[in-house]
Amino acid sequence: MSEFDTAASRVSALRGRWAVLVGFGVAAVLLFAVAPAVLTSFRLGLLGKYLCYAMVAVGIGLAWGRGGMLVLGQGVFFGIGAYLMAMHLKLADAGADGVPDFMALISSSGVPGWWEPFRSGWVTLVAILVLPALLAALLGLATFRRRVRGAYFAILSQALAAAFAILLIGNPTATGGSTGLNNFVGFFGFSLRDPVNRQMLYFIAAGVLLAMLLLVRQLMVSRYGELLVACRDSEERVRFLGYDPATVKTVAFAVAAMMAGIGGALFVPIVGIISPNDVGIVPSIGLLIGVAIGGRTTLAGPVLGAIAVAWAETSLSEQFPSGWTYAQGLMFMLVVAFLPGGLASLGAVRGLRRKIAAADPTVAAETADGDPAPVPATEPRHAHGGAQA
Amino acid sequence: MSRFPARRSAATAAVLVLGLALSACGSRVDDAGGGATAESCVDTSGDSVKIGFLNSRSGTMAISENTVFNSLELAATQINAAGGVLGKQLEIVAEDGASEPTVFAEKADKLIRDDCVAAVFGGWTSSSRKAMLPVFESNDALLFYPVQYEGLESSENIFYTGATTNQQIIPALDYLKESGVTSLFLVGSDYVFPQTANKIIKAYAEANGIEVKGEEYAPLGHTDFATIVAKVRDAGAAAVFNTLNGDSNVAFFKEYKNLGLTAETMPVLSVSIAEEEVGGIGVDNIVGQPVAWNYYQTIASPANEKFVADFKAAYGAEKVTSDPMEAAYTSLYLWKGMVEKAGSFAVPDVQAAADGVSFEAPEGTVTVNGENHHIAKTALIGKIGADGLIYTEWSSDGPIEPDPYLKSYPWASGLAG
Repeated sequence: MSEFDTAASRVSALRGRWAVLVGFGVAAVLLFAVAPAVLTSFRLGLLGKYLCYAMVAVGIGLAWGRGGMLVLGQGVFFGIGAYLMAMHLKLADAGADGVPDFMALISSSGVPGWWEPFRSGWVTLVAILVLPALLAALLGLATFRRRVRGAYFAILSQALAAAFAILLIGNPTATGGSTGLNNFVGFFGFSLRDPVNRQMLYFIAAGVLLAMLLLVRQLMVSRYGELLVACRDSEERVRFLGYDPATVKTVAFAVAAMMAGIGGALFVPIVGIISPNDVGIVPSIGLLIGVAIGGRTTLAGPVLGAIAVAWAETSLSEQFPSGWTYAQGLMFMLVVAFLPGGLASLGAVRGLRRKIAAADPTVAAETADGDPAPVPATEPRHAHGGAQA
Repeated sequence: MSRFPARRSAATAAVLVLGLALSACGSRVDDAGGGATAESCVDTSGDSVKIGFLNSRSGTMAISENTVFNSLELAATQINAAGGVLGKQLEIVAEDGASEPTVFAEKADKLIRDDCVAAVFGGWTSSSRKAMLPVFESNDALLFYPVQYEGLESSENIFYTGATTNQQIIPALDYLKESGVTSLFLVGSDYVFPQTANKIIKAYAEANGIEVKGEEYAPLGHTDFATIVAKVRDAGAAAVFNTLNGDSNVAFFKEYKNLGLTAETMPVLSVSIAEEEVGGIGVDNIVGQPVAWNYYQTIASPANEKFVADFKAAYGAEKVTSDPMEAAYTSLYLWKGMVEKAGSFAVPDVQAAADGVSFEAPEGTVTVNGENHHIAKTALIGKIGADGLIYTEWSSDGPIEPDPYLKSYPWASGLAG
């Protein structure tokens, strides 16, 4: 499996720890020193947006890569975080007892009651952290207890994303409809038009992303992380050993949802708009593709994959206006067909082959397309569980 | 904790960096001036000047917005062939808005801050315009928006070359009232343009003794209209006011014909169906129905005959020209007129010079109103002919001055919010 295995020797564990430390150091230098120095303020803003996607990707890596839950609807949690933040910013811009501009335009009934609590910044921040996680926990308990797994869980999560987008479009007086919410002036008192504040938001996003990576790294090496991988690989055996796989998976799902919610909340001030197009099925799958391409079972793979895919989308759509979606689909098919562990497994494949080749040259050819990281996330054998529900 | 010293020091470092970053804060909202806005980076030193075209080249709006892109391209080619603007050739930077508000906002930002264009032309849906508005305002840049819309907006940084409500919807209501219509049924797509338009229509109806017998909305892209059309039939209104957009119109008019409703029994006046859309709906399904715009391909004027001929020469004899295409074509010439009057490409100079700039457009003479950045246009009610083209049936007395907030209409006093 990986260097985090219980069986792994102390030496390799030590080496892994140093690799992680160096990796974090390099990432911090790149994000905090190199990027602001070499990128224009516009490109730095775009990188900030990619970092928000990367936060969702870290969560997907945990839930899908380590926990085997194919989460096709993370847009819901991303959207809840984003809309909560957007509601607060709109209310703050409108001033005490003010009505946000878009509401005044199409309705005359004033601010809906359920918007009122979000006039408070603290309530909003707490809600951003709690609501997505709470929804995921309820959903997780309801489905995992009934042993809904594999494709059934994936379809359920995707349907949720579709329903969420429809709900937003169907209530234009409360959510801005298909336009969504935009035109934010301030962020907790700071002007969003000031380039210094925009750069600050980028630094906050970079810091939050690194903190999330530390948290996931900690979860991965903990006993809980091993239990989660065990649930992914053989849920029945974990149950047989006396653990409750439903709880184990729910925790990972809730943590992933919380990360998606934080990513959404930071997306709003950085990008300046949130619309149903950003939270429905298509963006949810787009995020998943980034994770698959980067390598879902690793720590850095989902982040690098999400950033790379978002970056490719920006630059390809600038070159070929309507060709991007085809490129994205092609990339996904290539990775699924030839590199199921994602790009992160490229180095590992070569390293393993070299090791084996040194020991026994005849074996090398047989493992040419082998994948050292186990990726049985959505194998059909998991799917039978759904029938018992 | 001793097992992972690396983690602790990394966390400490992250907190330190964050803290340092946070201590260097920028301006607050309530600071005088609200923070520095970005300085314009437009380069006018060379032989050319960059302009941006931002249209949906992919997604559901691509079919409509590609035609706008083509007519913008035609105008740019013509202007360049005639010597450019202030002696500088126009260099086009094209971006795809992908039919998504967020993408429109991002690409507008890119055109302004990264490509340093002198002005941006494009947008179609009100969602895309509303998404771009704060980007243009915060960067103090210029957008030329070529599509009729719901009014109640007027930004220093946008020039609206399509109709506002008092140049399209209100004349259409006047036309219906003159032809004896006493009750209406409202059908629209579920987004900001139809909702705001219907709010205005209801206020007009109340003031003019017209009964609104029903109001139905369908999501954009919705194609099952059996229920809505049955409600329309049963309500028995004298006419239908249609603000549906996109594909929904195809399904709506097919269903309308299926239930035996026609332009004679219950006319459907549409404000978002132009020559381009008639082909998609099918002429048989919609022949004889009234529409409201400010331009039709059939307008007989030298300027229009040249525009239609040039467009067909550039993009194919089977192509049609429509109101938004004409408004986009006109917008580029109006910008040229403003820049040449100002003698400068700088945004404040162009804004100051805008008032009174006029152009012999294919639709007739149009003049920019410097106060609200809209243009005076003639309202035309047309009927769809058997050849799929639209023929003028009724026209306003000359160009109507734009009034986006409907200040000159007493019944509209409560609308501006």
